[in-house]
Amino acid sequence: MTTVTEAPPPAPAPPEGKPPRRRGRWTPYWLLLPGLLWLVVFFALPVIYQASTSVQTGSLEEGYRVTWHFAAYGDALSEYWPQFVRSVLYAASATVLCLLLGYPLAYLIAFRAGRWRNLIMILVIAPFFTSFLIRTLAWKTILADGGWVVGTLDTLHVLDVTAWLGWTVGDRVLATPLAVVCGLTYNFLPFMILPLYTSLERIDPRLHEAANDLYARPSTTFRKVTFPLSMPGVVSGTLLTFIPATGDYVNADLLGSTDTRMVGNVIQSQFLRILDYPTAAALSFILMAAILFMVTFYIRKSGTEDLV
Amino acid sequence: MEQYEPDRLSPAQVAAMRRSLRTGRAGLSRRSLLRASAGGALAAGGLGVLSGCGIPAAGSTQGGVSAEDHSKEEKTVSFSNWTEYMDVDDSGRAHPTLDAFTQRTGVKVKYTEDINDNTEFFGKIKPQLAAGQDTGRDIIVLTDWLAARLIRLGWVQKLDPSHLPNAFTHLSAQFRNPDWDPGRSYSYPWQGISTVIGYNKKALDGVEVRTLSDLLDNPKLKGRVGLLTEMRDTVGMTLLDMDKDPAKFAADDYDAAIARLQKAVDKGQVRRFTGNDYTSDLAKGDFAACLAWAGDLVQLKADNPDIEFLIPDSGYMTSSDNMLIPNKARHKTNAERLIDYYFEPKPAARLAAYINFVCPVDGVKDDLAQIDEDAANNPLILPDRAMQAKSRAFRSLSSEEETEFEEKFAKLTGA
Repeated sequence: MTTVTEAPPPAPAPPEGKPPRRRGRWTPYWLLLPGLLWLVVFFALPVIYQASTSVQTGSLEEGYRVTWHFAAYGDALSEYWPQFVRSVLYAASATVLCLLLGYPLAYLIAFRAGRWRNLIMILVIAPFFTSFLIRTLAWKTILADGGWVVGTLDTLHVLDVTAWLGWTVGDRVLATPLAVVCGLTYNFLPFMILPLYTSLERIDPRLHEAANDLYARPSTTFRKVTFPLSMPGVVSGTLLTFIPATGDYVNADLLGSTDTRMVGNVIQSQFLRILDYPTAAALSFILMAAILFMVTFYIRKSGTEDLV
Repeated sequence: MEQYEPDRLSPAQVAAMRRSLRTGRAGLSRRSLLRASAGGALAAGGLGVLSGCGIPAAGSTQGGVSAEDHSKEEKTVSFSNWTEYMDVDDSGRAHPTLDAFTQRTGVKVKYTEDINDNTEFFGKIKPQLAAGQDTGRDIIVLTDWLAARLIRLGWVQKLDPSHLPNAFTHLSAQFRNPDWDPGRSYSYPWQGISTVIGYNKKALDGVEVRTLSDLLDNPKLKGRVGLLTEMRDTVGMTLLDMDKDPAKFAADDYDAAIARLQKAVDKGQVRRFTGNDYTSDLAKGDFAACLAWAGDLVQLKADNPDIEFLIPDSGYMTSSDNMLIPNKARHKTNAERLIDYYFEPKPAARLAAYINFVCPVDGVKDDLAQIDEDAANNPLILPDRAMQAKSRAFRSLSSEEETEFEEKFAKLTGA
């Protein structure tokens, strides 16, 4: 890849032979300390605690003891694999939708918005000023059975198609998979747009001019210049959308029905209602491992380790 | 544009990189050393750490653990309640009944609305109570089944009847003897909750409903019926509909009720299982009919004349939210005085007029009529004799039953 920026002027070579000064050797570690402590207390310890819980057996009355009961993992997986598959499917659909909706918008903000740029950015971020729950509940009003959105979709026979695909049920949108995926897409869209915008905005417009000068059509320019350069944004955007969407349970709970429950709902009900802490912990660990595996695979495939 | 290309680095940068690889702070040797030692430590210590953190058994101290009672020197009581479960004055900030209590007794009430959900609140106070520590709360308000669990675990204190003369005399008969706390030695009800059937006349569009079976079977209501995520309410109403008594059913009856509900879910009859959020579904007409809590219906009816309720001939479920004093609470006597205060007719009437749940106090009708004539005649707030006769409670469950039943119910709701 060629870059237009000039190489920085050579700096004066440092004096050779002298070892770096010893003073302040421990400073970086002191500076690291608060962050490390935070990680230990709020990440490492809970993870260890959960790992331990997942191999315990017992009851609330008798207490829980570690019995290395690894069967909890197998049981959890064989019992709740449909919810796992569904979570990944919904999160992946929402991520793709976010990318399809977010890319044009980020492109527009970065290159075409002109003086409207700040306003559009504010509009993208504005929903964050209300709570996640309220935003999700608003969708219940938008998609209400008697509302105009569902009415219009019904008149245009869109609902017949989606019902045939199994995305909706009868002539309603709420309490169907489609509503859950829409809710996920809406709630995580800003997490896609912001990283996309950041990486698009960094692209030098002169690259586009250069492509134009070399007789590239706009579509070729996009394919060969813009899109490859925005890959870091695409990768971090998809990760920021996919990971939380997989574990989300609010959308499935409020916009879904009995057959749209995701793994987050299962963990919640195991942990809070059934009080089966080991199964809940095992499910959380399986979810973590699955996401880690998929994300690692994805980053390897997209070949952008050092760009993220 | 910043691109990372090694061949374009200045000699200085290259030198810096080489240096850092060998001797710098991020030197490879140190990093690999750290990694190796961390790995070793994890391997050696990890297993020990994992087996070290079990959850201790709940103390089975019947009667609870009291702390030293500081009621005399500290004239305060801390009261944790559900949101919007207390009367408010016009400014929306003061609670008149609580202020009147403070004026009379000099005991200041630290009132917090930090309970949103039984299961979540249990998760919140469990660590302290399991470890035998003070939760910082003198009164907590929990629904029957969770109150029963806390009593079973020995996490709440026995009340002193000599501090509760009003509560003893005025407690309405319906609430006197729950099987999980006979004679009310640990708890007193804050408000009663009736589970009935609510419907939206406009959305029903002429379809007649009389029983829960109509909701579960009538094809005209397909996908427009709501049930509650509260297991005891939904299964209890189903048991009643099947002519079983929720106060003494067998495990087979429970399975039959779940099977009956599962059939309706599989048919697509049931749209959703909901918590409190069913109110918006019902008001908008997304639910034509659903199981509903009477207190909400009183409010919904006031806003939307299409909303109606019906009490099936087979009966309806009643439960209550109960005031309890957790172990190690610092102000037990003050707490008992506050509990007793809410069984005086005047504060009880004021509260009932404001929050519209079932009032568990006898003899408030006259006081309530002075504040709100309609409320005094509303059977959902002050149940009349016919209404009381149809009221049923869900029997208490052993901890094994509770796990088993909740698990079966969770499967029904999809998770």
